[in-house]
Amino acid sequence: MSQVSETTVAPTARSTMQISDTNVAIEVIGMHKWYADFHVLRDINLKVMEGERIVIAGPSGSGKSTLIRCINRLEEHQEGQIIVNGTELTADLKRIDEVRREVGMVFQHFNLFPHLTILQNLTLAPIWVRGIPKAEAEATAMHYLERVKIPEQANKFPGQLSGGQQQRVAIARSLCMQPRIMLFDEPTSALDPEMVKEVLEVMISLAEDGMTMLCVTHEMGFARQVANRVIFMDQGQIIEQNEPEAFFSNPQHERTKLFLSQILH
Amino acid sequence: MTDIGFVRADMVDAKPAPNRTSGVIAWAQKNLFATPLDGVLTVLGLIFLLWIIPPIYNFFIGHAVGPGGTVEECRMENAGACWAYISSEMEFFIYGFYDIPQQWRPNIVFALGAALLIPLLIPKVPFKRTNAVLFLFVYPVVSYFLLAGGVFGLSPIPTEKWGGLLVTLIISVVGITLSFPLGIILALGRQSKMPVIKTLCIGFIELVRAVPLISVLFMASIMLPLFMPQGMTIDKFLRALVGVTLFTSAYMAEVVRGGLQAIPRGQYEAGASLGLSYWQRMYFIILPQALKHVIPGIVNSFIALFKDTSLVYIVGMKDLLEAVKTKNDTALEWQSANTATTGYLFAAMVFWVFCFSMSRYSIYMERRLNTGYKR
Repeated sequence: MSQVSETTVAPTARSTMQISDTNVAIEVIGMHKWYADFHVLRDINLKVMEGERIVIAGPSGSGKSTLIRCINRLEEHQEGQIIVNGTELTADLKRIDEVRREVGMVFQHFNLFPHLTILQNLTLAPIWVRGIPKAEAEATAMHYLERVKIPEQANKFPGQLSGGQQQRVAIARSLCMQPRIMLFDEPTSALDPEMVKEVLEVMISLAEDGMTMLCVTHEMGFARQVANRVIFMDQGQIIEQNEPEAFFSNPQHERTKLFLSQILH
Repeated sequence: MTDIGFVRADMVDAKPAPNRTSGVIAWAQKNLFATPLDGVLTVLGLIFLLWIIPPIYNFFIGHAVGPGGTVEECRMENAGACWAYISSEMEFFIYGFYDIPQQWRPNIVFALGAALLIPLLIPKVPFKRTNAVLFLFVYPVVSYFLLAGGVFGLSPIPTEKWGGLLVTLIISVVGITLSFPLGIILALGRQSKMPVIKTLCIGFIELVRAVPLISVLFMASIMLPLFMPQGMTIDKFLRALVGVTLFTSAYMAEVVRGGLQAIPRGQYEAGASLGLSYWQRMYFIILPQALKHVIPGIVNSFIALFKDTSLVYIVGMKDLLEAVKTKNDTALEWQSANTATTGYLFAAMVFWVFCFSMSRYSIYMERRLNTGYKR
């Protein structure tokens, strides 16, 4: 568990992260999901306002990854409603694509396209999904590569980059679609310890820019600094949620206490 | 108690690797005469080569009758391969019964094919898109009208007269270019979530894969006409083409499926999460990687198809091998001890040249496409 040093976030950062009072980014209502007979998600209710930064924590197998994967329909839910940016996710492919265009996702294992250069990884979707001219897409891609501090890698292939660099490229790739919501599925879990920080810094700067973020992560330092809400899940349900300060200093549920005692040492 | 504390004072600089022994003698020592047993095996191997090479040389070159030789020379005692027979019957081996004054037509088709295909295969040559369109869409039409005739004052030449290498190449090229995309579609269909499509694809693949090509060709030539309306016929050559293509596409589908399964699920998901549609995901992300993994399998299928073209003799077509066989059996004026052998050797060499080229090209392609994974 690596801790991000407190100095990486400017003291004023938190106050600049505006959370909308009226605009709902994601709304999950009474959602259930089964893998065959296994009930993985049970009665999930969650409302995320624009600009919120939510960290989802919980033991492995608690359904936290499955939950955020439902939000861009990488997984299908069987009961209840998921409404993203006002669009309800159903089997309708058009709606699914509509939602996916506005929701970026960063995976544990980066999932860059190994046969394409970094620049091609970044421009593929903007060109073919958004219909942006190639030159413009490349300019945007370079902008985001600079933002994640690796513009010099643009013409390399993913296999030539370190894990931390690959994950930053993956974040830049999502940003190139100019999403309104970003989902992070354990983005630092597959990284060597010395590379965790560089990825977290990018995520923090995203948060400072007011991006709506849902992060499944074990980086409790990140949760403390950036999240405005921490959600604790176990056995497919939301057990507890609170502001980070209260969540860490004064957990209510027994499971939360147990979990925190196991990871914070 | 020993002192376990250690602090490095100086860093060790990298230095070049030790020299390896090189040169012919060092190589021979290492690879040929490392142990007494190795030495004995090397000597035995040399004796075997000395024993086998001279007769082979004599048959193919030393005592062979070259192009321009006569049948009398071929009939002489000790004569080797009768290349004179091949060169004098070359026209038949290439064109079959195609009208001799009209043979410029297949020649143009050959030349045009080479002119379009070779630049397509060399990565550096520009205008790939135009080139591909010309080769895949314009060339077949032009070739068909040139070969079959009946338009623009070209005399009609029925496909029954086509033969030899011409037929072998047409069936192979058409079979390869059609079975490849068809195989991909079938493989994708087999993985589809839509039950009807999936069932159809599995049904087709498992049915076609489980019957011999010969029976597919038989069915195409004998059964198909039974289902056709009265008076309607489909050209025998076309039927063979369809048979070979469908047969290969079933195999191709399974090869491609192997490649698709090698792609991690994360690649599909990353594409999906970026909003790419199913076909965009397949075209830009999945297939380029999947096909690269299975190049050896794909080329295997192509080579198998190229050699299987010989089976069209079943439905009465004279491909290269059948043309050679026909000549061997009927060219009494060329009868000699080695005529038939030479004919078959010639056919084998032609097949080998084409198949070996495909194999080498695929290896070249594999290396070229390896960029994505080099570290």
